[in-house]
Order: sequence, then structure tokens, then C-alpha cells
Amino acid sequence: MARTLKINGKDETVDAAPGTPLLWVLRDHLKMTGTKFGCGVAQCGACTVHIDGAPTRSCVLPHDSLEGSEITTIEGVEGPAADAIREVWVENDVPQCGYCQSGQIMAATALLAENSSPTDADIDTAMSGNICRCATYMSIRRAIKEAASRA
Amino acid sequence: MFLRNMGIIPGKAQSGADEGSGASITNLSRRSFVAGSGLFVIGVTLAGCSSYVEPDVDANAFDLPDPGASPLTQVAGGDATPALWIAIEEDGTVKITCHRSEMGQQVWTSMAQIVADELEADWDKVQIVQAEGHERYGDQNTDGSRSVRYNFHRLRIAGAAMRSMLTEAAALFWEMNPAECSAAEGLVSNSQNSDTLSYGNLAELAARLEIPAEDEINLKEPDEWRFINKEIPSLTIPLITRGQGTFGIDVDRPGMVYAVVARPPQVFGRVGSVDDTAALEVPGMLQTVRLRDAKPPALFQPMGGVAVIARNTWAAIQGRNALDIEWIDGPNARYESVSFGEAMKRTARRPGTVRRERGNVQTGMADAAQRIEAEYYAPHLSQSPMEPPSATAQWTGDKLEVWACVQDPQTTRQTIADLLEIDKENITVNATWLGGAFGRKSKPDFAVEAALIAKEVGKPVKVTWTREDEVRHGFYHSASAQRLEAGLDEDGKCTSYLHRTVFPPIASTFSDGMATPTDGEMGLGATDVPFAMPNLRVESGDAKGHLRIGWLRSVSNIYHAFAVQSFAAEMAHAAGRDQKEYLLELIGKARTFDPGDEGATYPNYDASIEDYPIETGRLSNVVEKAADMARWGRNLPEGHGLGIAVHRSFLSYIATVIEAAVSPDGTLTIPGIWLAVDAGTVVNPRHARAQMEGGTIYGLSNALYGEITARNGAVVQDNFPSWRVMRMGEAPREFDVEIIQSNTRPAGIGEPATPPAAPALTNAIFNATGHRIRTLPIIGARGSRLSLPETETA
Ligand code: FES
Ligand code: FES
Repeated sequence: MARTLKINGKDETVDAAPGTPLLWVLRDHLKMTGTKFGCGVAQCGACTVHIDGAPTRSCVLPHDSLEGSEITTIEGVEGPAADAIREVWVENDVPQCGYCQSGQIMAATALLAENSSPTDADIDTAMSGNICRCATYMSIRRAIKEAASRA
Repeated sequence: MFLRNMGIIPGKAQSGADEGSGASITNLSRRSFVAGSGLFVIGVTLAGCSSYVEPDVDANAFDLPDPGASPLTQVAGGDATPALWIAIEEDGTVKITCHRSEMGQQVWTSMAQIVADELEADWDKVQIVQAEGHERYGDQNTDGSRSVRYNFHRLRIAGAAMRSMLTEAAALFWEMNPAECSAAEGLVSNSQNSDTLSYGNLAELAARLEIPAEDEINLKEPDEWRFINKEIPSLTIPLITRGQGTFGIDVDRPGMVYAVVARPPQVFGRVGSVDDTAALEVPGMLQTVRLRDAKPPALFQPMGGVAVIARNTWAAIQGRNALDIEWIDGPNARYESVSFGEAMKRTARRPGTVRRERGNVQTGMADAAQRIEAEYYAPHLSQSPMEPPSATAQWTGDKLEVWACVQDPQTTRQTIADLLEIDKENITVNATWLGGAFGRKSKPDFAVEAALIAKEVGKPVKVTWTREDEVRHGFYHSASAQRLEAGLDEDGKCTSYLHRTVFPPIASTFSDGMATPTDGEMGLGATDVPFAMPNLRVESGDAKGHLRIGWLRSVSNIYHAFAVQSFAAEMAHAAGRDQKEYLLELIGKARTFDPGDEGATYPNYDASIEDYPIETGRLSNVVEKAADMARWGRNLPEGHGLGIAVHRSFLSYIATVIEAAVSPDGTLTIPGIWLAVDAGTVVNPRHARAQMEGGTIYGLSNALYGEITARNGAVVQDNFPSWRVMRMGEAPREFDVEIIQSNTRPAGIGEPATPPAAPALTNAIFNATGHRIRTLPIIGARGSRLSLPETETA
């Protein structure tokens, strides 16, 4: 059954089985592979997207519940917070392997959009759902603060 | 070499070279040599070797030089023939081939820094071509922290050789002596006038010149380096921040279908019966395929089971859930990791096989004023890179192409050839980006699965491992039990030291029944112990493998450094001495030593002990440095402690100081970490620091929470959080890294920060609380705080 999802401002028609999580619709149906699979059970944050601006785990989010929502992925996230995060991420070489970083950037962007001067505790709360096995945590914390100081 | 090829120099009058621009020489060259191709490439990027930057290279644009004509095929480290590594295009784009796998260590950037520095390339024009798996590149096994060590010299030679040919080409064009010409940032200039020629314009001409021999090549001096030892930004990260770049799991082929595999719970378990009726009713399901059973030894075989193929990954996962499979137990169905750990501890209490000996430990112990002993246990671990294993395979007739996040595309190719009994020449293996690896992706079982399934299905197939698959069907870090004993004299000085280590060797994965720790594993922190006491003995005890045992970031160094560096602090405590001062005393005066002189068979990370001696002075130096950084000895708040550990691994020397803070209820935080590393020449200090942070946290995550257990031969944990890893909130607030500047030979960076992490933490916890932790994990998957003796009863 075809449905229309609004992804990165564009209407996309997808024909996926009811209940298929948004993650797999993005990755397999739409070939938008920037959003990553890490656990499938809302534990790692690799699949984080924005639903109407809120960071959300797409691996447990049925796509058929999202008609009418604004879905934003790493490929399309923009605005002052996203720009600032991308800028400091690149300047400081925050990622290592990069696999978790789509999720980290989506989470950090949402944090910064909502809180222009996050404390360590704010960062811990907002980012603890995003696992990084390369352990870029210290870099992420430094970078979020730097992005906040510029915005 | 000068002017040897004058015959092919175009007439200067035609060139308009006084404009000092490259445009006219390009036109001229095109007319002269490459009718209509429009491409000028020095060297030729070999067909089919690109995963990302599809090289826009016409291999027929001009004649390939005869490979036998290169005098640089036998350079230390391997073939340094420029054409193997570098292609320069007309627009000046410099394509550098990276034959190692990119897994976050920034090897694309470091390999390019080495080549580009000697080449004097314009960094902004550098692009990376990822090499396919092929012997022509030499070793591609991205493992063992040796990409820079193995390739530093030969890639410098390759870059310098090409710089020399480009310079010579310019000299020929200008009819000058090459000594009057010099290259910098992608341009050749000369000392007579202000003309310059770009590499893009010179490339085609340079390609026709003879490759210089190694002794004709002048490498730059370190103070001339433009990229090496500089904080050059990563070549991958700009892509990553936009969700671009291709990891193994991201590969897409036209007509591709998606597979997951239901694997037997135990190693060498088998499918008894399977009913896929319900599975095939799942929307999007296509078919199931019974995979062949695995037989010992495990090698890199897939573990068999049932492949589930669907139109998308989700449907395949749902289809797998709906399978009804009856499994037949494997031979290790009675393996219980906890009771086996107790058995290993008992083994460690009995005399073992002597692997290194100095003096006489028995008489030393008998004469001691004080004796101490301790037992340590560390469990199995899973590598758990953030990207689980994933591979895509496509058959075209009898030709197979594979795209996979593998650490060694050559081993992948060979393993597929062996297990599918096909000619290696018919197999192409492309290494994608790796979303972390940590040793898991040096085992290509998942790529073999893709090849097998694609053959059955007759379409391109992507096999995805879920996190549960990765945690349950891994190649696990070995569990270990160790016993240490020491005799101290009246002054508390250690005179006698015994270390006995027991663990199932990685060799058990490759040779059924192998139970004796190998020299390689013993040389990871046991037989190379740097202590100077007069009596020393290192022993091993046997243990059988019941899971697939494999490499995990820094391998046996993890448990050996944990035991040895914990015990060093225990000795200091017994002697009533400062931990750091005692550690320096154990290491003793600055010297070099060879464990081979005391009966060990010591591989020294495959390096010669002459090139890379064990230098105790470098150990002591990093100890002093890290202690200074941490302000060792400062007054600390109640419940805080500093702990230190030092370890040489992968030929690098690292000392780590950790501050632990333990509240009365046992809640542990890590306010700060200070690390000093001496890894010889460091190609990219910024990325090396990232590896120091990452390697340390990886070690701490394992030490705090990591534990894989097996019940009835099957792994119990399945996903986060039963397999728990460190998160943002638990990471230290402060993490300082100091890289000791040195121009000595480069050593490892990716792994050596991991071993000292755990003992630095447990030593800090001891200093904070008086509680000595000898069994890992410290907290475990479900815990939230330390179980201190006081809080245990609370
Ligand atoms: S894949 Fe969604 S949280 Fe891990
Ligand atoms: S950068 Fe590799 S998992 Fe985070």
C-alpha cells in the first residue's frame, strides 16, 4: 500500500509492508543510507532522525504512523544549529569511523536548536542514547560547546 | 637519467611555455601522445580497484610501463612503484590508492599524507582510491596497528620517485638541469625564471620517464615535512557529516535482495529440521536457503544455518523470526563460561609451561622477606563495532564480486576461493568503509556467507548481521585466569616475580583442540614484561576453546596488562611505597632487552628487535610524563584516587593515569585521564590523539561493563544493554594526551592505548577506596555502582 512521507521537505511515495520501521524504509526502499542501523531496539541512537524536529529512533518507528509528519534525516538536516554542528564536527575531526555520527549529529543538532548553551549535564542527557564504539564522546562534548559558543 | 628521453620532448617553440602556464603543454602533449583521450595519467589506476572515487581513468590512454621495468618493486615494506599508488590527472587531481581499510583510524588521510608529502602534492587536489584486495599491494591486513609502520618508507619512496620524475619532466621541457627545478604544492618551478608547470600538465610526459632507483631518490628531511606529523584534517569526515560515504551495510547493487541468517546457537551446531512455511508468508519474503554445516576447525567459515532472503532487510528479519528450526547441538553444548573460568583459575595455581626465565624464582621466593600473590580473571568480550558485519555479493557467470567492510580484502578473497573452491582470479573483493572493526572484521565469515547465498539466489545479495547476530556469533576475546606471585626483600624491593597466564588461544579457532597459548599471544604483555628483578618466570597453562576465539583491539595485551600492572600496584602497596615510584623501580634503569635472551620466543610484533628494541627508558619516560600531567601526588578530595599503568604494545609506549571518584554508595565517576604516548614518528597527531582517547575508552568500557558469557555452549548476551558499552555520560570530563615528539621509526597507534586503561582505573579505585578489583568486569551489564565491601552489605 503506497503512502506519502514528507522527507527532507520532499514528498516520497513508499510502498512498504505495514509496520516496517522508518529506518528500513529510508535505507532499503528509498536508498537513503545516511541513517544507520546499530541495534534495532532503540538502544544505540545510530538511526536517529528528526520527526517534526524531535530526535527520534527510526528503527522502532513504524513508517505508516508518519503520514503528515516532517521527517528530517542526516542528508537533509539544515538550519543554524545543523550548520554550526557540521562546521565544528569538520573543523575538529570529531568522528572516527563515522558510523554513529549521523545519529550523533541529529541528536546534537536537536539539542542545540532547543538549548543554545547546553551544560555538561544537558549534553550527557541529550547524547547518552547515542553509543559511539570509537568513543568520540570527549570530542563530541567539546564540539557541542564550541558550536554553542558560536551560535 | 637527465635528458635520457630528450627524443620525446616536444619542440619548445610550439609550447608557448613562456606563458608559464600549463595549458599549452597540455595541448601539445595531447597531440603528441594521446590522441583524443583528454586524460593524462602518470601511472595507471588499475581497473576495478575503486569503491568510492571511481577513477576516471582510461587505462589505454598510453602504454603501461612494463612492471618489470620498475626498480622499486623490492623496497623495504613492498612495492613502491609510483604507478601502483599515484595517478595524476590533467586537471591536477592526485589520486592516491589506499590499500588499507578505513575504519576510523583515518588511514585514508595518513596514507595520503605520507605519499603527498614526498610527492609535494597540492593537498586540495588529493583524492583517495580504495584498493581492491590484491597481492600487488603487499599486506592489506588492517590489523595489528601497523598500516603506518609497514608503509611509511615505501609510500615515501613512491611519492618521492614521482616527484623526481615530474621535476625531470619539467627540466626536459625547459631544457634545464633538474637540479635547477624544484617541486612544491603541485607545481614545478625553476631557478632561472618565474615559469611554473603544474603536475597535471607534466604527468603524461613524466610517465614516460624511467623510474629512479631507490638510491637515486632523495627523501625529505623531517623539518621539510609539509603533511607528515601535521594535523591534516580528515578526508572522510566532511562526507560523514552529510551521511555520505559507503559503509559495508550501505552497498547497493541493481536488482539486489536482502538476507539475514539464522545461525546455530553453538559453534558447530547444525540444523536438524526447518519449517519455513510461516516465514514465506511474511510480506516481502522471497526464499530460504539451507547453508552448509560448519566443520572444525572453525577458520573463517560461516557457521551454517538458514539464510532468509527478502526484498528488504526488515522483511528478512521478520521472516527469520517466523522460522521454525530445530537445532542439533554442537560439540561444546556443555560449555559454561563461568565454571570454565573457575577451572582456568585452578590451572593457574599449578605449575605451567615455562615461557621465559631469569634467575631462580623458587630460591628467590624462599629468601624473600615478604611474599604476595594475586589471581585475576577477565571474561570473554565482543568487539561490537558500531556497524555490524555486512557484505554484498554478485555473481556474473563464474565471476564473483564482493563489497564488504573487511579489514583484509586479500584474506577475504582467499577464504572465498578456498571455501567455494573457485579460482581466486575470478573473485574481486572491494573493501568499503568500515563502521569500526576492532578485530571483528578481520574475519571474513560474513563475506563468505554473502558469496554462498548470492550463488544460490542468482541475484546480488546483501547479508546484514543484526546486533544480536554480532553479539552471539562472534570471534570472542579470550577469557583468562592469571596468577601472580612476588617475593619482596626487607626494603620492599621485588626480588622474585612469577606470572602464570591461562587462556584459550586464538589458535583454537584455526586448529581444532589447540589449547596452548602461542608465542604471539604470550608476547602480548606476558613474556615481554619489562621488570628488572633478579628472578623472573613467566608460565602458561593450557585451556581449550569452546567459542570461536579471535582478535579484539590489542588482544592478549588487555588481560596481561590488567594483571601485571594491577600486581605492580599491589606490590607497591605491600611495600608501603608510592605506586608510580615503585613502578619505575620495577622497570629499572634505562636499557634495552630481548626476551629471547631469557628463553622466550618473542615475535616483537613481527618487527626485528634491532629496529624496534624494547627500551625501558621510553617506558619510564612516559610514566614520568603522564604522572606530571596528572599532577601525581596532589591532594585529592575524599573518595578520589589516582591510578597509573604503563605498557608497551605494538611497539609503542603508553602510560595512563586515571582519576577515579567513588561516592560512599559506590557510584564511580572518572573526572580525568592523562595519557603520554611515545609511538616514534606520528603521521597525524590529531588523529593519534583520537585513537588514544578511543583506545582508552574502549578498554574502560570493557573493564567496567564488558562480559560475554556462555551457557550450554551458547552466548547469553544479545544486544545493548545486556552487552553493555560505555555512553556519553560515563566518559571522563577531562582527557589530556601528550605525544612525545620523536623522529624514530613509527609504531602502532590504533591499539596500544587500550591495555593500560583497565589497570590504571582499578589502581585508581584502590587508591580511592582501598578496594582491589581482580575480576572483570568492574560493574557489569546490570550494575550501577561498585560493590565495595562496605556497600555489599548495605
Ligand atoms: S538502530 Fe535504532 S537505536 Fe540503535
Ligand atoms: S565514530 Fe565510530 S562508532 Fe562513533
